[in-house]
Amino acid sequence: MPGTLPEHFRAWFAARGWAPRAHQLDVLAAARAGESVLLIAPTGGGKTLAGFLPSLVDLAEAPRETLHTLYVSPLKALAADVARNLARPIAEMALPITTAARSGDTSTEERRRQREKPPNLLLTTPESLAVLLSQPEAMPMFAHLRAVVIDEVHALAGTKRGDMLALGLARLASVAPGAHRIGLSATVAHPAAIAAYVGAGRVVTVQGGAAPDISVMLPQGRLPWGGHMGLDAAPEILARIREAGMTIVFVNTRAQAELLFQALWRLNDETLPIAIHHGSLELDQRKRVEAAMAEGRLRAVVATSSLDLGIDWGGVDQVLQVGAPKGVSRLLQRVGRANHRMDEISRAILVPANRFEVLECEAAIAGVQEGELDGDPPRPGGLDVLAQHLLGVACAGPFYPDDVFAEIRRVQPYAGLSRQDFDDVLRFVEDGGYALSAYERYRRLFRDSTGMVHIMGERVARQHRMNIGTIVEEPLLKVRLRGGPLLGEVEEYFVNMLTPGDTFIFAGRMLKFLRLRETVCEVAEGGTGEPKVPAYAGGRMPMTTNLADRVRGMLQDPAKWAAFPEEVREWLGLQRGISRMPGRDDLLVETFPRGDKHFLVAYCFEGRNAHQTLGMLLTRRMQRFGFHPLGFVATDYVLAVWSAYEPFNIARLFETDMLGDDLESWMAESSMLRRTFRNVAVIAGLIQRNSPGAEKNRRQVTVNSDLIYDVLRKHQPDHILLRATWADAAGGLTDVGRISGMLTRIQGRVRHMALSRVSPLAVPVLLEIGRESVRSGITDDDLLAEAETLVAEAEGRLEPVRRGQARKTPERQGRLL
Amino acid sequence: MSGAAVLHFASERLLLDPAGAIFWPARRLLAVADLHFEKGSAAARQGALLPPWDTRATLDVLATLLRRYGPETVVALGDTFHDDGGAARLQRQDAARLAAMAADFDFVWVTGNHDKLPSGLRGASVEEFRDGKLVFRHQGAPGRVVGEFCGHHHPKAAVPVRGTVVTRPCFMTDPRRLMLPALGAYTGGLDVGHPEIRALFPGGGRAFLLGKDRLFSFAVGRH
Repeated sequence: MPGTLPEHFRAWFAARGWAPRAHQLDVLAAARAGESVLLIAPTGGGKTLAGFLPSLVDLAEAPRETLHTLYVSPLKALAADVARNLARPIAEMALPITTAARSGDTSTEERRRQREKPPNLLLTTPESLAVLLSQPEAMPMFAHLRAVVIDEVHALAGTKRGDMLALGLARLASVAPGAHRIGLSATVAHPAAIAAYVGAGRVVTVQGGAAPDISVMLPQGRLPWGGHMGLDAAPEILARIREAGMTIVFVNTRAQAELLFQALWRLNDETLPIAIHHGSLELDQRKRVEAAMAEGRLRAVVATSSLDLGIDWGGVDQVLQVGAPKGVSRLLQRVGRANHRMDEISRAILVPANRFEVLECEAAIAGVQEGELDGDPPRPGGLDVLAQHLLGVACAGPFYPDDVFAEIRRVQPYAGLSRQDFDDVLRFVEDGGYALSAYERYRRLFRDSTGMVHIMGERVARQHRMNIGTIVEEPLLKVRLRGGPLLGEVEEYFVNMLTPGDTFIFAGRMLKFLRLRETVCEVAEGGTGEPKVPAYAGGRMPMTTNLADRVRGMLQDPAKWAAFPEEVREWLGLQRGISRMPGRDDLLVETFPRGDKHFLVAYCFEGRNAHQTLGMLLTRRMQRFGFHPLGFVATDYVLAVWSAYEPFNIARLFETDMLGDDLESWMAESSMLRRTFRNVAVIAGLIQRNSPGAEKNRRQVTVNSDLIYDVLRKHQPDHILLRATWADAAGGLTDVGRISGMLTRIQGRVRHMALSRVSPLAVPVLLEIGRESVRSGITDDDLLAEAETLVAEAEGRLEPVRRGQARKTPERQGRLL
Repeated sequence: MSGAAVLHFASERLLLDPAGAIFWPARRLLAVADLHFEKGSAAARQGALLPPWDTRATLDVLATLLRRYGPETVVALGDTFHDDGGAARLQRQDAARLAAMAADFDFVWVTGNHDKLPSGLRGASVEEFRDGKLVFRHQGAPGRVVGEFCGHHHPKAAVPVRGTVVTRPCFMTDPRRLMLPALGAYTGGLDVGHPEIRALFPGGGRAFLLGKDRLFSFAVGRH
């Protein structure tokens, strides 16, 4: 009978003192009926076993020599961990089942073995699956596939990696139509969308176990007005670490991780073993930290999202979140890292770094209690990923475009793909898709007389396979201790800001920058003086819409203020007296003079990215209105702009035509759009990350993506890659979607308060001025002019170079800034 | 208006144009460097199908400069084509436009390391070009020179400002040598702090970064 366990499986469970859980049997029943299913369960619910149980039962009943189940996880480490966990039931029940893992690290020899004698269970990542699917010799392997298990599907759906996986699933559905899918997901806001992504007709949901115990801890002394690092709370954080066995201290950015780690160690007189973990550290170091955690040798790890996902450590007693939680789902995910077993209470402490973050923490806790998750439904699949996929399909064998179009439309991210977009993407893959047919002889694909599309040659295929993947990194430089090991990687632009002798913090150490050699940044231990911290502006995630709504709601309703500490209550009370509270559906805009400038503060609560974009648009508009804006600063909560003249007619400033007038001209020049284009160009294969190494003699042709962007925008502004760039930019870094939603919502509801001085609620954002890099409506040219003037002043020269003004090369030489 | 800056160099008065060219009014001479025509198609040959308009974009800049200064002599400081086969890959329209420019103006093609000029392209092809005290080379000659113009290295400079870094192609000068930025639409650059450039400017010098309509000047230290 479907859904019931064979006797020796039941015996195995019983021998371990377990009973199969209801959801495990539900998934088994669905799978045995050939249905695809999505299992939604909190961490620690025995999800992975539920995903594999149908395959184990099936293989136990009918052993075979072919590939039966493909398991895909976003993390290589997770696949390896699952392989270890599966080894136990297989060995203990003596099941005739073979398993193997495959990733970028798998040796050529091992790959060959897997092809010749496929394992029953193959554990892999989306990237490795894409590589497999581009190899004609690998295709027969999938012919007898019965099941695909997708782990942590919530972390994939809606991302470009998720798009890549969906396209791979579309291929598999054609090659092995009999295979069913099992998606494993954490609790999500849009279960239907995730089920559609998996193609699951059934959803099995496991209600959360015990509600987590989340509290707020404030630093001793005054509650800070501004700042996001939470370093003031280091003594309290250390005290909490001391009281528990093992703590994960989650922070929001890599820079914050480095600084908090330093702050903790300055106080750590008992030398409690406290480590640091973030994505830029050398892989070996990260692995050492993870191993030490697993063995219980650490008391605390200061970590970024690099520890959000991943394998179970079991022994984590508590989780601290320092700084804003940013979202309910994200907070739950992090909280779930403590006591990674479903039936035990997870304990977490939130440590807000400033007053606004106190509100955000309380709002997030309320969100967790009410189970109101956030996250936008997955966006449509990227056209750049589609381009990469189509070339991969061609590498595996010739195809008819009609067939592949139909196949692709069967997966949810591309269900709405238009034939026009598909054809344009295919043309791009063929010959670049340029209006000028210049590359006839460099085509990557050709069509035969029946219209079938073929790959042009093995060289194209080889190059493609070396460039599969959707994760595009900033240009990075390795950091190496002189005469010692690699420590990790930092962004090139950060190293450009360093001069030899400068001190910076990285990998939990104070380092002195010695010099740059090729792509390696050489450092020595023990820098002195005020350190710099590598920060990556793109790495900061904005607060979710859901959480922003909650914060707005709490501000609006004084009855809810009781939960706040007294200082916060006082602060809000003062605001109500001097100005007013931002409402849930209106937009409070305050203006006030300060010094010789006029400030405008808009309480939008739409998150940093959206506020940055709004700041750019608003300053352009204020310029046109004659207010002479001078700069702006954006936080997750508000936007502040300052100008030479007092702005008036505020409601007019925030009219929706702002998006029409200024958006396009700004977007075209924006550095965010350039960054987005770079990612699109790399994923689509316009810019090659890797070339076959044999071609050393050939002069390397690498072209900066900004230069390509400028040329393409001028000569073919409707090119498919520019269209893909715009589609990406509408969400993501520019978050235009959120601004447009807000502007529509607040029409006719702009509440302008003309004040004589700064309001209490505006103080935190004013404190950000100078701390934040303010790249307002100003261009790179403006920045250069400013730098030039500064240096000229410092050198005792007043006038920078002007037209027609004679200047000799000065005798005095300073270093380049 | 061009926003050109005046520079006194080897006792001559020069205009540095923000497009990345030099005009020497006394001789009505325009100098440009590293046009790298057909770099796009060179990349395409290796499998990266970049937009094929780089030659056209570079010719647009060159045409603007010719119109602006109406020079008697145009010196191209080498690497006019990105590679040997570049001339043969020119699209007909671009080839015709280039030929027309070469017919209307007196071009001096200083040969660089990638140069194989199209047969029939008018102008003198020389290894180096001298005019009075001034000498025009593709690659700066090591050691002490007086009044040398050179290209080849594609100098650029990075200026840290307000927590970010702005990078631009630039002219690099000291009292004896003037290095031009690359004019080609797809040409990248080498930082002026790179040892190869520093070796040519052992005492440091001054970088003029290209802006939209003006130059930005910064001192570059000796190291």
